[in-house]
Amino acid sequence: MAVLGRMHLSRRALVKALGLAGAGIAGNVAATRRSYAQATTGHAGQHGGNLDAGGNRVVGSVDHAANGFDPLEIATDFDFGTVSTDAAGRRVREWTVSALDTEIEIAPGVYFPAWAYNGRVPGPTLRCIEGERLRLRFLNAGTHAHTIHFHGIHPARMDGVPNAGQVEPGGEFTYEFDALPFGCHLYHCHSFPLKRHIHKGLYGAFIVDPDPDRHPEAREAALGRLAGSPQNARWQEFVMVMNGFDTNFDDENEFYAVNSIPFAYNERPLRVEKERPIRIYLVNVTEFDPINSFHIHANFFDFYDHGTTLEPTHRTIDTVMLCQAQRGILEMTFAEHEPGLYMFHAHQSEFAELGWMSHFEVV
Amino acid sequence: MTRWIWLVVPVAVLAGLVIFVLTGDPLRQLSESAPPVEEVAVETVRLEPGSITLSVRADGSVPVEIAQVQVDGGYREFTLDPEGPIGRLSRATVSVPYPWIEGETHHILLVTSTGVTFEHTIDVALPSPHLTASSLAMLAVVGLLLGVAPVATGMLAFPAMRQMGPGAIRFLLALTIGLLAYLFIDTLREGLEAGAETLGRLRGETLVWVSALLTTLVLIAVGRRGGKPPEGIALAFFIALGIGLHNLGEGLVVGASFAAGAAALATFLIVGFIIHNVTEGVGIVAPLVRAKPPLIAFIGLAALAGLPAVLGVWAGSQAVSPYFVALCFGIGAGAILQVIIEVAGFTLRREGAGPITGPVYLGGIVAGLLVMYSTALLV
Repeated sequence: MAVLGRMHLSRRALVKALGLAGAGIAGNVAATRRSYAQATTGHAGQHGGNLDAGGNRVVGSVDHAANGFDPLEIATDFDFGTVSTDAAGRRVREWTVSALDTEIEIAPGVYFPAWAYNGRVPGPTLRCIEGERLRLRFLNAGTHAHTIHFHGIHPARMDGVPNAGQVEPGGEFTYEFDALPFGCHLYHCHSFPLKRHIHKGLYGAFIVDPDPDRHPEAREAALGRLAGSPQNARWQEFVMVMNGFDTNFDDENEFYAVNSIPFAYNERPLRVEKERPIRIYLVNVTEFDPINSFHIHANFFDFYDHGTTLEPTHRTIDTVMLCQAQRGILEMTFAEHEPGLYMFHAHQSEFAELGWMSHFEVV
Repeated sequence: MTRWIWLVVPVAVLAGLVIFVLTGDPLRQLSESAPPVEEVAVETVRLEPGSITLSVRADGSVPVEIAQVQVDGGYREFTLDPEGPIGRLSRATVSVPYPWIEGETHHILLVTSTGVTFEHTIDVALPSPHLTASSLAMLAVVGLLLGVAPVATGMLAFPAMRQMGPGAIRFLLALTIGLLAYLFIDTLREGLEAGAETLGRLRGETLVWVSALLTTLVLIAVGRRGGKPPEGIALAFFIALGIGLHNLGEGLVVGASFAAGAAALATFLIVGFIIHNVTEGVGIVAPLVRAKPPLIAFIGLAALAGLPAVLGVWAGSQAVSPYFVALCFGIGAGAILQVIIEVAGFTLRREGAGPITGPVYLGGIVAGLLVMYSTALLV
């Protein structure tokens, strides 16, 4: 007889319209509102996807077009910005990123009032080369003060914290520093309350490819990492940002995923060619939980903690555990495997069953 | 003629007010930025092998859409019938194929489209009873043990009661009032508990009070329709009716605890109820000690007081909504209040106000309350 009915307030209506920050700010602005009628379509009872997951799945499918981003595309979408050469002959790489309030469908039929860089969660994967001068123009089109705090080497005034580079709504700031050290990094908002600013969606991957000229002792390895090189072209590279969403704001995540959408790579597995090696830029930004993890089925990988070395820091492992903001590079191959579906997921079963469950389709 | 106009005018003004508020929307500024309020109550749960079926009722400022369902902290495929958002006070059925485990606890979390969650716990998972001949018979045995058996057992003391002197009889009547007072409190409590489980707007707790008072008034009117208060066999009838309605509620709760998977407690529960309810038999026949009732009267009284428990167990096992349970307890409490009034009135008329405040009478009431409370510890 234990029947339970609780009253809750939802924040759905609190998502404010965009545009407070003035005109002229570009960005992938997703539609912020959808009717319930739209939210209803495709629900209840239909089997999406092509896997029998033992009933462990979300029902329905996310409208990625309305969200303005698709997790399948995010996995392989690197934002190289625009490159120029300054008067001193140095390569300068520039981006413009805006923070904005948006509502995203973080699971079929579940809408989350997110804060997002360029309207997507995770934000754009910024990729550059070791030693370049980076210039990132940050526009705040949201309704709260935000920053971009890079995990990298930079001066204090470029740190992206409340006293250095925090931008009020409608304002802007240009972060400028050198791309160091090479590796797999991240950026996130460092305004306070920090927990809320991060878990609302203000984070993304920041990848610094090694400059082969600086690593003569491991030139081939560096070239393999360097986007655009022939050595890199044979790699199949993916970005995976492990994250979660606390939809009822009780400081526990209701949904877990890589790249935001639970079970996304279950419903639509990531397709890989078996002859080509796989490199995963794995970043953990999961809020509230002390750790997250990555486990591959039927295979093992080499792991480069933080990606800051050209030699693996762990060899031949099939599970790696990361605390929040810890990240690394995973390298593996399915060359000797038979084609098929190979599962990967958090090896916290809890996270897996709440959405952090994926597959490679090896062909 | 003008009298009629003054009846029409208030109705017309009322209609105008309603239309103005609904169409003119003068409160727009208040509601514009208010986030929607969502409420979902899981009213009943049915467990079949490999599946969990929830009946839910929704309320809120907008229709509530159940977007996803977790069982034991994992998302599960499910169907919603009818599909789509659940309107105000409407019901829907959520069916989740799930390999639940007999005897274990399962947690269900309903996630709405706004990300708000509503949880429900199945304390001990057991298959929901189907109404087959054998399960009906089994549940009937439970009901009989719960209701008829203890009441009839208590009535066996009747010959001994007839031998008692006036002081002892006064004590017995007072004892009856004490036990009825206990049942009144307990019935109200159970009703309010069930009422609290309904959606806020259904006002389950208010329903208990209103239905209790209405029942009391109706039964007093019925009891006194001949112009005089009930005495003797009529008074015994009303006591049996009140206790019967109380037992209907008890049956609902016991049946529901079977359905909700608390059946592991059932044997213990039933033993407790038997001991607890024996006193009720004594109370029912207390007004009869001066009469010469035929045997059939005792059978009838026992049936009236006890058989509703069978109906209650049957209905309760089929997962009834807490609103209905609250209503049953409200009616039961009202019926008990009526007999308290009539038994007290009976004594007053017969013996005047003096004995009522005397030690024998007060002792009887205290004894009734204590016996019921202490035997309730067994339940």
